[in-house]
Amino acid sequence: MIEKRKSWMSLLATSDQNDLLNLWDQKKIKISYEWLRQPEIGSIMAQGKMGVTGDKFNIGEVTITRCSVKLDCGTIGHSYVQGRSKRKAEISAVCDALLQTKMSKEVNENIIIPLEKIKKDKRDKILSKAEATKVDFFTLVRGESD
Amino acid sequence: MYVAVKGGEKAIDNAHSWMSEIRRGDPSVPNVSLNQITEQLTLGVDRVMSEGSLYDKDLAALAIKQSRGDLIEAIFLLRAYRTTLKRFSYSKPIDTANMLCLRRISATFKDIPGGQKLGPTFDYTHRLLDFKLLAENETPLSPTQQFENKKVPHVLSFLNQEDLMQKEKDNNLDPIDITREPISFPTSRAARLQALSRGDEGFLLGLAYSTQRGYARNHAFVGELRIGIVEIELNIPELGFDINVAEIILTECETVNQFQGSKIEPPQFTRGYGLVFGQTERKALAMALIDRALRWKELGEDYSGAPAQDEEFVISHCDNIQATGFLEHIKLPHYVDFQSELELIRKIRADAKRNVKRL
Repeated sequence: MIEKRKSWMSLLATSDQNDLLNLWDQKKIKISYEWLRQPEIGSIMAQGKMGVTGDKFNIGEVTITRCSVKLDCGTIGHSYVQGRSKRKAEISAVCDALLQTKMSKEVNENIIIPLEKIKKDKRDKILSKAEATKVDFFTLVRGESD
Repeated sequence: MYVAVKGGEKAIDNAHSWMSEIRRGDPSVPNVSLNQITEQLTLGVDRVMSEGSLYDKDLAALAIKQSRGDLIEAIFLLRAYRTTLKRFSYSKPIDTANMLCLRRISATFKDIPGGQKLGPTFDYTHRLLDFKLLAENETPLSPTQQFENKKVPHVLSFLNQEDLMQKEKDNNLDPIDITREPISFPTSRAARLQALSRGDEGFLLGLAYSTQRGYARNHAFVGELRIGIVEIELNIPELGFDINVAEIILTECETVNQFQGSKIEPPQFTRGYGLVFGQTERKALAMALIDRALRWKELGEDYSGAPAQDEEFVISHCDNIQATGFLEHIKLPHYVDFQSELELIRKIRADAKRNVKRL
């Protein structure tokens, strides 16, 4: 369950806000909930490692929006999403809650699976373009040989 | 003593209003949209995010538009906004071995597992103006190729296996955060890397070039340069587990430099390291060269007095917002300061004149 939840929360967090909003608006899921924490815009400090494997250092910050909701049935949903869209954070938290309820199948089919496909297509496109720029260098010996 | 100057409000308002009008330009020309900036001036957006030290494409594009394309002004705007954000927490360290590479090259080995991929690069172009771009509505499409989705190992890890490359050990130390604590010298490599990663590209480029020309000898090879997408993991305190909270583009550069060895270590290669937000390879490369030059003390090398070896000089001057803030403030009214200078020089001259007469 935790692995699944990590996976959908990650997908929602890194999705394009327009993609998520479009899918959500198309589906028109009627659900009522209350705020546990209103959407709040902030940042996290991204860390890297010196020389790939060494000690940590700070690279810079990334904008993040977070919120928490509670459905009428009592299920709680959280979101920490990339960017400054409060709507994206809200929908993500509601989806997180719904995915823990009986409605999980519906949300999974209409939101999560399509988002996964969009993400995979975008990545595949990048990787296939990168692959087309793969180069084979060869060296030539110059000058007179002995 | 600082004496405030008052007045000028109307002139200031009118100046700003004219600036806004000029920023818009000829009204018969369509207004530039933020989407156009994020999609078509990508590398400018990346520079503003990296030196503004905040990864947010829309805000960087807005800053570029607002600053009329003056990137240092745009970086200033982003930095100012950054200070208003609540800091939720620190991410887990990004593992760049999991990077989805758009570009990945090595100047030290031609055959590397995973292959060399040029990616969307200006390298090997002829730097001739392309008049075809004058024609609007061009939408070029580039070829694609079947690929295997495999993890791309770092080139230098192969040298690690033979122990030819100095290992970078993780001592699990928490790094200083220069946005929270002022830097004091001597400082740590972690503080230097953070400062360099958001440092001014032009300043770092010039300094890195100086090391190549012989001011702090450290002949560098580009072991690997990679640009691609990485995910950022964050621990969610409410839940007690980690999720990927963001997806960003990073440029990473590892240089290979010679090292003579010391009493306790045999001769081996050492690394200069650059890691920067966005597609910013000139900056990442410069950062790696400067990182290596600044490591002279740790590696027991000689201090030749070169600027690139002087961490206080490099780190105190690489931040373009600090630099421009101090530089540009001298444009603002200093009438009272100058009045005292004026009186002083008049007095000295009068005294000198009197002395001459006496002779």
